[in-house]
Amino acid sequence: MITGIPQSGGFRWTYRAYVTLFFIYLALPLVTVCVFAFNDSVFPSLPWEGFTWAWFFGTDAPYIGVFHERGILRSVVTSGIVAFWVALLSVFVGTCNAFLFVRHDFRGKGFLYILMLLPLIIPGIILGISILVFSSSVANYLEDATGLWFDGLRPGLILVVLGQFSFITTFATLVISARLQKIDPSLEEAALNLGATRWGAVRAVTLPFLYPAMAAAGVVAVLMSFENFNTTLMLVGSDAPLTITMFDRLKLGSTPVLNAVSLLLIVASAILGLASLLLQKRTE
Amino acid sequence: MFETPDLECRDISKSFDDFKAVKDVSFAVPPGTFFSILGPSGCGKTTLLRMIAGFQKPSSGDLLIKGRSVLDVPPNKRQVSMVFQHLALFPMMNIGANVGFGLRQRGVNRADIKRQVERVLDRVGLTGVADRPVDSLSGGQKQRVAIARCMVLEPDVLLLDEPLGALDLKLREHMKIELKQLQAEFNTTFVYITHDQSEALVMSDQIAVMNRGVFEQVGTAKELYYEPSTAFVAGFVGEANKFRARVQSLDAGVQMVTDQGQVLHGTAAGKALAKGDAVDVFVRPEAVRLSRDTALNGNAGQGRVENILFNGANSQLILRDQTTGAQMNVALPQTGEFRDLSVGDTVHFGWEPAQTRVYAGD
Amino acid sequence: MPVTDRSRLTFYLLLAPLLLWLVTLIILPHVGMFLVSLREKVGVREYETGFANYAVFFNEPLYWNTFARTAYMSIAATVLTLLIGFPIAYYIAKLTRGRTKTTLFLMCLIPFWVSELVRTFGWMILLRETGVFSNVLQWAGLADAPVEMLYNDAAIMVGLVYTSMLFMVVPLVTTLDSLDDSLIEAGYDLGASGFAILREIVIPHAMPGIVSGCIVVFMLSLGNYLTPILLGGKDSLWFTGLIYSQFITRFNWELGSAFGFLLLGLSSTIVFIGLKLSRQSLGRTMAQ
Repeated sequence: MITGIPQSGGFRWTYRAYVTLFFIYLALPLVTVCVFAFNDSVFPSLPWEGFTWAWFFGTDAPYIGVFHERGILRSVVTSGIVAFWVALLSVFVGTCNAFLFVRHDFRGKGFLYILMLLPLIIPGIILGISILVFSSSVANYLEDATGLWFDGLRPGLILVVLGQFSFITTFATLVISARLQKIDPSLEEAALNLGATRWGAVRAVTLPFLYPAMAAAGVVAVLMSFENFNTTLMLVGSDAPLTITMFDRLKLGSTPVLNAVSLLLIVASAILGLASLLLQKRTE
Repeated sequence: MFETPDLECRDISKSFDDFKAVKDVSFAVPPGTFFSILGPSGCGKTTLLRMIAGFQKPSSGDLLIKGRSVLDVPPNKRQVSMVFQHLALFPMMNIGANVGFGLRQRGVNRADIKRQVERVLDRVGLTGVADRPVDSLSGGQKQRVAIARCMVLEPDVLLLDEPLGALDLKLREHMKIELKQLQAEFNTTFVYITHDQSEALVMSDQIAVMNRGVFEQVGTAKELYYEPSTAFVAGFVGEANKFRARVQSLDAGVQMVTDQGQVLHGTAAGKALAKGDAVDVFVRPEAVRLSRDTALNGNAGQGRVENILFNGANSQLILRDQTTGAQMNVALPQTGEFRDLSVGDTVHFGWEPAQTRVYAGD
Repeated sequence: MPVTDRSRLTFYLLLAPLLLWLVTLIILPHVGMFLVSLREKVGVREYETGFANYAVFFNEPLYWNTFARTAYMSIAATVLTLLIGFPIAYYIAKLTRGRTKTTLFLMCLIPFWVSELVRTFGWMILLRETGVFSNVLQWAGLADAPVEMLYNDAAIMVGLVYTSMLFMVVPLVTTLDSLDDSLIEAGYDLGASGFAILREIVIPHAMPGIVSGCIVVFMLSLGNYLTPILLGGKDSLWFTGLIYSQFITRFNWELGSAFGFLLLGLSSTIVFIGLKLSRQSLGRTMAQ
């Protein structure tokens, strides 16, 4: 922090006002969404008709709360299943990648590393359509060749999981590699020196050291999976995850039940986000 | 003739919350002086320097440069330049752009900047490096660039914030001499802060010893070394054997008895003493004489050699007084006479009461 | 490390998931998409290879106008995000410390953990005809009738800037944090004004952060679908919207693939130019 630079009072005041305005700008849409979750009206807009919990717990139309909305509940479950598989796969592959890039030297490593980073700069919607096009061609080919059906390669949850996995793995790899780079190699050597096998040393020393980073990567994966829209949109079949369901509702005209879902999402993502930060902090 | 000092501080103080970092410090630096502020870390010297540079505003007191108060002058308008602890050379610019930075800010035209930059680089012995990146220089060369960057602006006062701290020992020794030469060459007032006494002693015309926010003593290197006016200065500048004692009589010099029971004679320094006062007694290792077999005059004793710390010209003996058990550090004379001295030998030692400085204790 | 059979085995076991992932989900799909984009439909299940789909793009003004519009709107969003975010990042990195700094930084992060859909929904509630702003304006007497602020380019811009802000602020805070304060003080000490310091010291130092922030924000804006559709309305003319409609509503995958490839080309070109201009490497930029 710089203390030595004198600034005029007016400048300092303006600067502070600007920063305050900025944070209001950041908070405004989220606060608005949350506030209107409690409006006793069928539209999420002014005028304010009074406070209600109906958009959470209501059972009578049109006031059907989140917890009684079949469609939304089903899509939350779908999102959860997708997020689970994405997190599991991406943490597994991310851990393997981390060991590969940190512990091994081989020809083409630099090239593979760049390739590994590519999903970050490919727009999500293009990841989605490329996987859609490719899996459909494969499905067409296989169906022509065998006469069997390959529904797993048609738009649906499997493709959604693969699509999200395809770029979330890069994040998982980066988070876990950062941690693996910090481990003191002499710890593992000490374990070997004390008679452990190579795999035994990794399991006893290195993996426990990596767990916080793997957990953080898992949390990040769940967060990204839950809120992903672009890739999912191109790959979704009949079972829609939460963001897609909300998008469809939004196009039709929204009711405050969407605000209620959003409020719950905001709270959940803030908790998950903080958890991932804490986990990463513990790894420092 | 009385010259207007280049820099003058009058009762300057700085408080942070309830902590007083600098307390009513007053001093004046005549033109062309190499003035050092020497003190342990946390003594307030950095705060004082930053106030002079303008990065901090004094809580009270006045600050004059060339006789004019600069309290209301922001750092970018003060005729004071600063060499930062880690030099703060701009890595995004080449050497020439670094040195010319201040001139550019003044709106000097390009051709003049180029000429002046080349001239000042010449003067610090770095001809023809203007187009090179900062990182191509060695530590000592960077130092010179940092000074050139300030000197090209012809400041009234150049402030230096422990710029030698980051260098290795050998280079540091070399740069001490070089800095002193540069100061003489530019004939500009330097205010140099450091915690390293040898830097201050070697380079300075005047040294202020600072402790806990106040100046303990201001004087030449010799004055500080031979006539420290406080116990802190006696302990901080140079090395010293220190005893705690109590005054017995003040008839001829100070007669006192140490905590270990030895009677010593000494010279009062600093504040006046009274009979029965607790005092701190300082004796320099090089003031102590040694003898193999004859007892010595003055404050004397006999001791066993506990350790010999051989370090060439700076070798020392650690003696244990046989009667009191007190420990004594003695500079080992390099005349060859004591070359075969070894651990376990017994020697006589003694020193003059005039070299025994007595300060009122806490 | 001695190359033993076992460590070779470990190496291949670790390499396998990486290759499986990259080949089947990244490389082959993109190759496949490219091949599809070269396919011309001449009859039912009859195709020829050629650049006809790309020709369609260049011959239809709507398509390339949308393409260009998407590009320059994204550039505008990037510049705006930079201009708005830079003072904030500077404030967080250089003018606060300790707890305040952490809090402000977290306050920047939290909105971006929330789904983009929720954020966009928030702006819809604020901006639409029956929305909060419109009501406030009427209440304050500044408008007589409801004001529609949704479904125009300004609304898209507000949404894009909002959505991208984090990806600008985080790398900027990181690079500005690493700027040694004494460089700024040295600048002042040598007589520079605040503006000169910003131009000659702060911005050159922050350049890597500025570049990586701009690249990411540009890519995100270019590839955005939700914000233009929801805030810009049906006629928002965003290139991703064209891709979506070719794929999902018109079922013309050949043309859609060609569009996809063009978008990918544009985004890669810009990233490449950005990296070249700033002499950054992809690895270092993305790690920020």
